[in-house]
Amino acid sequence: MSTSAAAAPTYENQHVHAVYNQIAAHFSSTRHKPWPIIENFLRTLPAGAIGLDVGCGNGKYLSVNRDIFIVASDRSRNLLEIAGKEESHRPHAVVEADVLELPHPRGTFDFAICIAVVHHLSTAERRVEAVRGILETLRPEGRALVYVWALEQGGSRRGWTADDEQDVMVPWVMRGSKKAASADADGPANGGQDRVFHRYYHLYREGELNQDVTAAGGVVLDSGYEKDNWWVVAGRQLT
Amino acid sequence: MKLLTLNFLTCARKTCKATAASFPLHCREVELEQVEMDPNPLFIKNMLPRLDWKAMKGLTQELGLPQLPNEAPSEEELQGADGEPTQVLNDLHTLLMETSVVSGKLVCGNCEYEYPVKDGIASFLLPSHMV
Repeated sequence: MSTSAAAAPTYENQHVHAVYNQIAAHFSSTRHKPWPIIENFLRTLPAGAIGLDVGCGNGKYLSVNRDIFIVASDRSRNLLEIAGKEESHRPHAVVEADVLELPHPRGTFDFAICIAVVHHLSTAERRVEAVRGILETLRPEGRALVYVWALEQGGSRRGWTADDEQDVMVPWVMRGSKKAASADADGPANGGQDRVFHRYYHLYREGELNQDVTAAGGVVLDSGYEKDNWWVVAGRQLT
Repeated sequence: MKLLTLNFLTCARKTCKATAASFPLHCREVELEQVEMDPNPLFIKNMLPRLDWKAMKGLTQELGLPQLPNEAPSEEELQGADGEPTQVLNDLHTLLMETSVVSGKLVCGNCEYEYPVKDGIASFLLPSHMV
């Protein structure tokens, strides 16, 4: 299911961007609690630090630390509008941008987070390019925290293991119900029927994210596994 | 989008990023609004050395806002002897954190591409032929 370089942008438009725009309201309603490692990364930054949240979705990390400034970006206009309206996000900013064409000056930022984004790119080259683009925005001593979905998640309801296919379509189900059938068009149901949307994912194998960082010219400073995800703290240099 | 954001944005095109003309982006036909927010003196004080003051000053000129001094204020100018934030700090807060672009265009000084701002959100998605 991996795509060719030429077809990748169109493929991702159809199987990632369009889907998130359609499921934005429901997706956002399920995304509230910050994950602990990410929350800690943001909380321990010094006051006045300036950074990026690349693929911010509904902006759930924009309420963690009000002493820093985050320019958050996403491909989904509908998710951004949700992120921009929340009052606790007010110390920060949201812009519409693509991870492969970030509108930020190079060598400028103290930190970046990129959570559950890179696994939506459909070729190895584009995934490495995304990591390279994020690292380029950092000051020499800046740090980026990147999270991707793991292939090895035998403990989750999806049950994938290291033997499974890495490029998959993952369903997003909006349950229909009699009660919700009268809800508005953005609501979780449409005439009481279940609606299923499929999103493209590249599921990362152990070690693969670290290899992407190295291929992008970066340095792995820390890495690990948390709740079905591989994560890495990367920089442009060792110290 | 608060004006501080413009200090951290440039053209999304890779060929422009390397050029000095692409930063900062220029504001055209911009509508501004004030979005009230509690001042955060610690943030302003720590962030200020990171600000490209010249770019900020140019921006206020383009927008017809009150002129900024040639140099960024020193730390002493931000905090009074009583530890309270000064007028200088409060003015910076109003300018950087509360003054926001609602609509208009952000223009790259190198390629002239215009990025639209609508409902306070700037869009940096490029048409496929420009990527």
